[in-house]
Amino acid sequence: MSEAPHRDDAGAKLGMWLFLFTELLLFGGLFVLYAVYVTRHPESFASASNELDLVFGTINTLILITSSLAVAASVTALRKGSPGTAQVLLGAAIAAAMVFMINKYFEWSEKIEHGLYAGSSLLKDRADGWGVYFGLYYFTTGLHGLHVIIGAAILAWVFIQVRSGRINREHYISLENAGLYWHLVDLIWIFVFPLYYLIL
Amino acid sequence: MSEEEAHVVSYRTYILVWIGLLILTTVTILAAQVDLGAWNIWLALGIATVKSALVVLFFMHMKYEHWLLRLFFLGALATLAIFIGLNFFDILYRYE
Repeated sequence: MSEAPHRDDAGAKLGMWLFLFTELLLFGGLFVLYAVYVTRHPESFASASNELDLVFGTINTLILITSSLAVAASVTALRKGSPGTAQVLLGAAIAAAMVFMINKYFEWSEKIEHGLYAGSSLLKDRADGWGVYFGLYYFTTGLHGLHVIIGAAILAWVFIQVRSGRINREHYISLENAGLYWHLVDLIWIFVFPLYYLIL
Repeated sequence: MSEEEAHVVSYRTYILVWIGLLILTTVTILAAQVDLGAWNIWLALGIATVKSALVVLFFMHMKYEHWLLRLFFLGALATLAIFIGLNFFDILYRYE
């Protein structure tokens, strides 16, 4: 080989983290909006949040925590020299992402059937805080859901590369960075779950 | 930063963290069923913070990273805290 291909794992990881910081600030902005409006409409937020189904929220929390475990363990599997196990774990995480989105579909459909969507006649009759609560609910969980879809696509991409051997015991930074993205999705949900489903 | 051989986290550590996350999820759901007034919010946020610390330190490997990356992470958290904190200085006192 005439020239070794450029490689900078530390730089790649730093770049990924810099991107994740912008993601934290993006979702941080949505949490600030939630905090501001909950102090302005405490009663509406309390009654509107009772419309959410704790069962969906809890199942999706368990799905994300477990899929994060699978992705984290896939890095360990690869580095211990068992790419087959790493592929199984990544496949499980991708399947978990799909189940998460299917749950989200049923959850949103149920809300929309009950007339709980932006600009619905039901919300127009309720206090102002209801519209704000459901606006924020759809925007935050929608943006998070988009991240779940993108995360699943990235996991599928690294899955293919582990399969082909491009990602291997020595070259695993793409798998680690894909994992970081997936853990961020889990991290955001850790705050979405109590704020929207649990308190009040 | 040198390209030294990075730490491989054991399956055992990951499974213990996962069990910890499951326990904390159960605790936060149970705590929400009891009416503690404003403490419900602080308890839920406190548990969420502990859960996110577990995810960042172990799943996201931050515990084993170079000090410079850890410093960057703290910088991002500080930025977020300033952002949230200054917003509250505004909204809590604007209408007085």
